[in-house]
Amino acid sequence: MNEHQPAEPARVQTPNIGAHPVVSSRLDPATSFSSDGTELPDRAGVGLKPEHFHEIVATKPTIGFFEIHAENYLVPGGAFHHFLTQIRTQYPLSIHGVGLSIGGEGPLDRVHLQALRGLLDRYEPQSFSEHLAWSSHNDIFLNDLLPIPYDQRTLDRVCQHVDEVQNVLGRPMLLENPATYVAFAESTLSETAFIGEIVRRTGCGLLLDVNNIYVSCSNHGRDPIRYLSELPLSAVGEIHLAGFNRETDSLGAPLLIDSHASRVDEAVWSLFDHTVATIGPKPVLIEWDNDVPPLATLIAEAQRAEGIMNRHRVNQAVARQS
Amino acid sequence: MTIHDVWMQTLLDPGQPCPPGVTTWNGSDPAQRFTVYRNNVMVSLINAIADTFPVVEQLVGTDFFRAMAWIFVQAHPPRSPQLVHYGQEFPEFIAAFPPAAELPYLPDLARLERAYVAAFHAADAEPMAAAAWQALLATPEQLTTVQFRFQPSLRVLRSEYAIASLWAVHQADSGLSLGALDPGCAENAWVIRRDWCVGILTMPGPDTSLLVALQAGQPFGVAVADTLSAAPDFDIGRFFELLFVEQLITGVVS
Repeated sequence: MNEHQPAEPARVQTPNIGAHPVVSSRLDPATSFSSDGTELPDRAGVGLKPEHFHEIVATKPTIGFFEIHAENYLVPGGAFHHFLTQIRTQYPLSIHGVGLSIGGEGPLDRVHLQALRGLLDRYEPQSFSEHLAWSSHNDIFLNDLLPIPYDQRTLDRVCQHVDEVQNVLGRPMLLENPATYVAFAESTLSETAFIGEIVRRTGCGLLLDVNNIYVSCSNHGRDPIRYLSELPLSAVGEIHLAGFNRETDSLGAPLLIDSHASRVDEAVWSLFDHTVATIGPKPVLIEWDNDVPPLATLIAEAQRAEGIMNRHRVNQAVARQS
Repeated sequence: MTIHDVWMQTLLDPGQPCPPGVTTWNGSDPAQRFTVYRNNVMVSLINAIADTFPVVEQLVGTDFFRAMAWIFVQAHPPRSPQLVHYGQEFPEFIAAFPPAAELPYLPDLARLERAYVAAFHAADAEPMAAAAWQALLATPEQLTTVQFRFQPSLRVLRSEYAIASLWAVHQADSGLSLGALDPGCAENAWVIRRDWCVGILTMPGPDTSLLVALQAGQPFGVAVADTLSAAPDFDIGRFFELLFVEQLITGVVS
C-alpha cells in the first residue's frame, strides 16, 4: 500500500500523450462502457502503480480501467497527481480506500473522509469502494485489514458508518468481503448474512473479492460455491482477483494468506469462472500490490479474465439464439 | 478495555498473549493464526519506513534497519492512514538510538530522505513568468525590497556531515564510490523537484545562507548585502542562474 517513492530517482522527461487509446472489447463493443461513462465497464482493469506511470502514458495499453488506493493520492501535488490526471482522461477509474476503518469501534475519521471527498471530486471516478474491516483505533493506524465479529452490535455500527460514508461522499459505495484468518466466539451471524444485511440496510453495492472468498472459505472450512450463493449477488459492482500464499495452521490444515504478491491461483480462476457463469461479466480488477511485476504481466492476467468473460458472453449469445 | 483496545495492544507487542474470544473452525491454535495479523502489521509498517529511508537502510544493513524500524514502529505507530507522512519522528529516533551512535551522520541523512519524499509530493507551482521578471529587473530600486516566493517542493538542509554525497553514492547506477568520501565533511543539500522527479544538489555555504534568508521572507537587498559582507567574493550571478535554471522562484510577495 505504501508507494510514495518513484521507481527511479533520476530525472525523466514527461512523455507526450496524443491520440485517444483503444479501449474496446473485441467481442461486444456495446458493453465496453456504460452509455454515460458513470459506471466501470464490464471489462478487466489493473491496479495503477507508480512503476508503470511512464509506460502507460507512452504506450496507452488496452485496459478496461485502472484502480488506485485512495490514501496514496491524498498528497498536495507532484508526480502521482500529474500522471493520474493524464491517465484519468483516457481510462475509467476506480478509487479503492484502504484506511477508512469502517469496522472500527470509534467514529469514522471525519478529516480523512473529507479528504476522500476532495479526491473523488477531483477525479470523478466511476466507483468508490472500501473494506469490511477495521484498521484504526484511538487515532492509531495499523495498516492491516483486521476482522470484526458478526453480531448485531457490530452490524449496527458498520451500517451507521456505511451510511455516513455514502452521505459525505454523496454517492453509493461498494463494500468488499474480507479475507480472514480467525473467527470470533461472539459472532451470531454468518459472514454472508452479515454482508447481506449491510447491503439491504444501506443500499451499498458489493465489491466481490473472489480471492478473499477462496482464502476465507479455505481458512474456515467453508464451501466457496455455497458462500457465493448466499451473497446478495445482484449488488455486485466490481470483482477483485489476486494471488495468495499457502501456509498451514497448527494442525497442518491449509492457512491461505491474502498477499497480493503473485499471479491469481488456478482455484481462484475456477471460482471466478463460476461467478461469471452465475452473474455475468462485471468490472474485474487484477490486484497485485507487493513485488509488483512488469505491466505486461498485469495485462496478461487481465486478458485472461477478459477471456473468461468473453467466453461466457459467447455462450449466452449462443444460448439465446438456439 | 474494548476488543479493539486489546487487539491493538496485542498487535503491537509480541509479548502479549492472543486476545480472548478468537476461535478457529478446526480447533487449531488461535494464537498461531492471530500471528498472521501481527506479522502483517509489523511487516507492512516496517516496509513503509524502508520505502522512505532506503539509504539509511543501505548504510546500516537490512537486518539492523528492520530491527531498528520495528522498535520505532512500536514506539511511534502511524497516526494517519496516509502513510506518506509516516516516519517524521524517525530521524530524532535514530539520534537517540544508542546502537546507531557509531554513524553520527545517520539522523541528518534520514532528514534528507524525509525531505526527498516531502518534495516529491509537494504542491505544484508555476515558475515566475518572464514578463514579471522583466518588470522587476526594469526597476532596480524595487528589486532591493522584493520578497520572493519559492517552489513549495524546495527544501534546504545544512549538515555537519556529507549527507548529499552519501545520498548520491547510494543511488542505483550512480557510478560513485564510497571510498573517496569523507562523511565528516559538512554539506548543504538543496532538495529540488523538476519534471516530477527530485534531485539533490550540494551547494556552497553563502548560496545556502542567502536562499534560507530569502525563503524566510527577507527583502532581496538586505539578504544579498548580508551575504556579501560575510562572503565578499560571493558569486551572485551563479546563484541567480541556478534559481532560473531550476525555476525555483514562483513569484514575489505583493
